Amino acid sequence: MENTITQIVYLISAVLFVSGIKLLSSPATARSGNARASLAMLLAIVVTLLDHEILNWTTVLAAMAAGAVIGGLLARYIEMTAMPQLVAVFNGFGGGASAAVAAAEFVRAGGSSPSLGVDVGVTIVLSTLIGAVTFSGSLIAFGKLQGVVTGKPVTFPLQKTFNGLLFLLTLLVGASLAHVAVADAVAPLVGMGGLEISGPFFLTLVVAALILGVLLVIPIGGADMPVVVSLLNSYSGIAAATTGFVLNNYILIIAGSLVGAAGLILTQLMCKAMNRSLGNVAFGAFGTEGQTAKAKTGERPVRDVDAEQAAMVLAYAGSVAVVPGYGLAVAQAQHELKKVCDLLEDRGVTVRFGVHPVAGRMPGHMNVLLAEADVSYDKLLDLDDINAEFDSTDVVLIVGANDVVNPAARDPDSVIAGMPILDVDKARTVIVMKRSLSPGFAGIDNDLFYMDNTLMFFGDARDQMTELVKEVREA
Amino acid sequence: MGELLILLYIFVLATLAGREVISKVPPTLHTPLMSGANAISGIAIIGALMVTAAAGQLWVKVLGTAGIVMATINVVGGFMVTDRMLQMFRKR
Repeated sequence: MENTITQIVYLISAVLFVSGIKLLSSPATARSGNARASLAMLLAIVVTLLDHEILNWTTVLAAMAAGAVIGGLLARYIEMTAMPQLVAVFNGFGGGASAAVAAAEFVRAGGSSPSLGVDVGVTIVLSTLIGAVTFSGSLIAFGKLQGVVTGKPVTFPLQKTFNGLLFLLTLLVGASLAHVAVADAVAPLVGMGGLEISGPFFLTLVVAALILGVLLVIPIGGADMPVVVSLLNSYSGIAAATTGFVLNNYILIIAGSLVGAAGLILTQLMCKAMNRSLGNVAFGAFGTEGQTAKAKTGERPVRDVDAEQAAMVLAYAGSVAVVPGYGLAVAQAQHELKKVCDLLEDRGVTVRFGVHPVAGRMPGHMNVLLAEADVSYDKLLDLDDINAEFDSTDVVLIVGANDVVNPAARDPDSVIAGMPILDVDKARTVIVMKRSLSPGFAGIDNDLFYMDNTLMFFGDARDQMTELVKEVREA
Repeated sequence: MGELLILLYIFVLATLAGREVISKVPPTLHTPLMSGANAISGIAIIGALMVTAAAGQLWVKVLGTAGIVMATINVVGGFMVTDRMLQMFRKR
């Protein structure tokens, strides 16, 4: 391990990471928390550079400069609506970096890990495995969020069996790499000696882990993305921590496990918000059975309104609750929505926002979009708070949300039974702004659309919102 | 006590510290917390620097350099985009 000064700086850096994350959990201090965590990272990087005799400064600095420019540009110019994709990509790179470091250590050790000793062998295998799964899984998640890969669950026959066998293969290959006894036992089966298998087996491990990452994410539907993104986030932390075991480095372990814990907590919160277990999200391929329910759509009468009528209802209400969903993000209608709300407030209407924890494609997605449009965060109410208010709310304006306001969640036979929802149907009038009557990601029809107090306001959220601004101004 | 055991102690205690520190995060901050935590997972850059620093063999150098690039993107991009988001979170 490195010298004492380096160790002490790492310790300071660890304290800054922990307190930085702590500050990140309150809106008033979050920005300084993030600054503190970046300072911690900077300290750790500088002291590492100073501590090691660097043989190839040019390579190291050029690589850092390239990464900084790419990361900086992405961070500076990305649209806020594309934030889930960006987080997924960054996450993938974090996992990829951990896997690359583990692989480099493997090569450095002469490409045969049994000579490393069991502990290092095990950690190299684990960190390669978790890092590679995080890398390919995050890239698939990126593809789904960006629309490059289909958002629908992708399934094939015997998928679970195949995944299980693949996982067994990685375990077997991993064990042979980590322990010389296993290697000696397995090697004759593939016609090689105990030490010869290391290279090919390591490649097998990497490839199998990459495939595993892809297969773990493709069966997961678009609506479950908040869970997947936070789970992968957790993995990238664990991957970094295992790399710390490989390199005997404390700061990697501490920072990595902090992220691992943060990701797990968010994952649990997201699962709770959908009333589903993690296993159900990961293996459920949710939304596939819903295709049959589609047939019912459109047979029942709905009341539709145009912008002028919707504006009248909103303008003469006493209180309005806005429920944003992913449709708002897709249409990028947050700024127009804010204009409508400002106009309503000028008329004395109380406006609040009800945000469901899993609305959108990542935890807290709607909050970011509304913050971008300059909506004060104390107007954003979470599930329990807004649900207590719907009884006394005149008008609920739903913008591109569906499953999170579906009363079917109260029906024990429904596929979304028990999922906590926003009880919008308790309000006097509900206006649903939506492109069509098509079902959400759960794939089921929404009874809310056919209720007597519901008005459907069809069209693209942005176009309709622009119309609404005009009409509310004139109302 | 063996080195591995010390590492294990650190891992478990840091995980518990993480749980304690983050357990009460308001939904408003879920995204910034995630992208901030995500930036921290770029700590793998330390590992990448360590292996690349003394790299003699070509493949170690290639893997290490790839690690540095990926981790730096993660770190710089992650912290910057988190700051950009948090800048927008204001109470009026």
